[in-house]
Amino acid sequence: MTETPNPVAFTPERLAKVKEIIARYPEGRQKSALLPVLHVAQEQWGWVSSEVMDYVADILSIKPVEVYEVASFYTMYHLDAVGKHVIEYCRTGPCCLMGGEEIYDYLKQKLGIQAGQTTSDGLFTIKEVECLAACGWGPVFQIREKFYMNLTRERVDEIIEELSK
Amino acid sequence: MAKKILTEHINVPGIETFEVYRKQGGYTAVEKAIKTMTPEEVVEEAKKSGIRGRGGAGFPMGMKWGFLAKPEGVPRYLVCNADESEPGTFKDHHLMKCLPHLLIEGMIVSSFALGANKSFIYVRGELMYVIRILEKAIEEAKANGFLGKNILGSGYDLELVVQPGGGAYICGEETALLESLEGKRGNPRNKPPFPAVKGLYQSPTVVNNVESIANMPWVINHGGDAYAAIGIGRSTGTKLISASGHIQKPGVYEIELGVSVDEFLYSDEYCGGIRKGHHLKALVAGGSSVPILPAHLITKTAAGEDRLMSYESLSDGGFATGTMLGSGGFIVFDETACIVRNTWNFSRFYHHESCGQCSPCREGTGWMEKVLHRIEHGHGSMHDIDLLVDIAKKIEGNTICPLGDASAWPIASAVRHFREEFEWHITNPHEASQPGAVFMGAVLA
Ligand SMILES: Cc1cc2nc3c(=O)[nH]c(=O)nc-3n(C[C@H](O)[C@H](O)[C@H](O)COP(=O)(O)O)c2cc1C
Ligand code: SF4
Ligand code: FES
Repeated sequence: MTETPNPVAFTPERLAKVKEIIARYPEGRQKSALLPVLHVAQEQWGWVSSEVMDYVADILSIKPVEVYEVASFYTMYHLDAVGKHVIEYCRTGPCCLMGGEEIYDYLKQKLGIQAGQTTSDGLFTIKEVECLAACGWGPVFQIREKFYMNLTRERVDEIIEELSK
Repeated sequence: MAKKILTEHINVPGIETFEVYRKQGGYTAVEKAIKTMTPEEVVEEAKKSGIRGRGGAGFPMGMKWGFLAKPEGVPRYLVCNADESEPGTFKDHHLMKCLPHLLIEGMIVSSFALGANKSFIYVRGELMYVIRILEKAIEEAKANGFLGKNILGSGYDLELVVQPGGGAYICGEETALLESLEGKRGNPRNKPPFPAVKGLYQSPTVVNNVESIANMPWVINHGGDAYAAIGIGRSTGTKLISASGHIQKPGVYEIELGVSVDEFLYSDEYCGGIRKGHHLKALVAGGSSVPILPAHLITKTAAGEDRLMSYESLSDGGFATGTMLGSGGFIVFDETACIVRNTWNFSRFYHHESCGQCSPCREGTGWMEKVLHRIEHGHGSMHDIDLLVDIAKKIEGNTICPLGDASAWPIASAVRHFREEFEWHITNPHEASQPGAVFMGAVLA
């Protein structure tokens, strides 16, 4: 699990990226950068702690509460520490028609955890998500930016083995 | 082969690059619009095309553009809605991933038409890899003089920004999307004022779906009248359909509006029929929010006419016996699907996604989910069925945004057409709550 170091600071490359993001919006509208900058933060630390949110507020010259209320509204931001790989599993109807529930049970059993939990080796966290706009290729889960589609038990075995290396 | 407006070149290797896209005739609409037309003329072509918004509501695009306020000295914005989160819908994902330059080209001509110098593409954050594809395409377009300052020497400037969302279905609703784009929670705004008057940063704004905008290059190249000649009646042009569920060939298909549901469902060009050895039981034609139809109302209307893939034909019979084209999320259920379980699943979705601003939606979606959960898990009572209908009625029309209606319709229609199946769950709780248990008394086609 990634601990947030103290003091919190973006890497120079990410700080440059953040500055480029802020420059996209009209003068005085830098708050628009909040969602993209939170994604950059999560990319660096794996999740967004309150220290990270305060840091983001400072960079955007907005109040910390403005960051908290946004980070807690959207489902993609992890407000607690997570495992190395967060498996975001689609639980919505069309994927279920393709056997999504059965594969989901298999995955949970295989990892020995429920939704919201992390394996004891810190490798995997499971999170349930709603439709990922990939219903024709279900069952589907996502890990970071990558989509894993047309899942079967065998595919799940392969993916978990690959990521456990 | 049916007419293709959007996907004609989708299988050309390298079509995601500027070079190949350009070789296939890409960016000629930008040249034509910017060099030979006025913004008003571009709006006029959109009006003539008759194209209706592809995001779900089907509002005529040219008319929407015509409503845009144009006060002196105030910037105007075009925002492309690529939030695509309606269960069963994955066409915009596919289009942006395979044909990023088509959307960019559409954004340029549409922004030119509206007089916008900064336009946004708001993409659901889960599609970060697609965002990277779009950003690369934007860089290429800029390097070739189609974006940035003084496009093609015309004096027209345009900057495109791709904005990621953070994971929230409600941000597909246009005013919630604008709030989100301003860095806030995705709470829909009270209307009026409409975005056309006060939208992004309180400036006049047009919000359009990815597919709507992607049609514009063709409309400019061939003219609005040529576009209007494709399709049927007031359903002009083509439509991308996301087909999922129990069919032979799930995927994204471009259809000419007016093709029959029967052909779409059974021909090899499209879905290829129901999976082997199974029968059609039910259909959700336009994404999870539209009413579900039972087998006997899918390929024929209640009046016995062929049901067509068009705005009008799919809604023939109103909600009593019809549905809606919606976003084109075509979800097919065979006889192994449990309607009660699916309805509970959808109700959980709406409850999870309600922003919580209005009590009928916040409380009602939670209550419906709870009632459906108990019916599905063998603890329901007969009274619960009417209770569901009653809650759905109380939500409908009583909320700030249409998510409330969208949560009510799937439930009301499931009870309307599959009441026997709900009753079976209540009278046979033990059997019905077994994993994979399905009511077999349904009328099959
Ligand atoms: C809850 C909700 C979710 C929506 N999601 C989307 C979406 O993901 N994509 C979209 O284009 N429109 C969506 N819409 C419709 C938009 O509010 C808006 O009508 C549309 O973006 C306008 O574009 P169009 O006229 O080109 O269809 C949604 C509406 C509601 C009420
Ligand atoms: S209807 Fe639901 S989602 Fe829409 S504003 Fe009200 S509470 Fe929010
Ligand atoms: S239902 Fe799983 S991706 Fe749409």
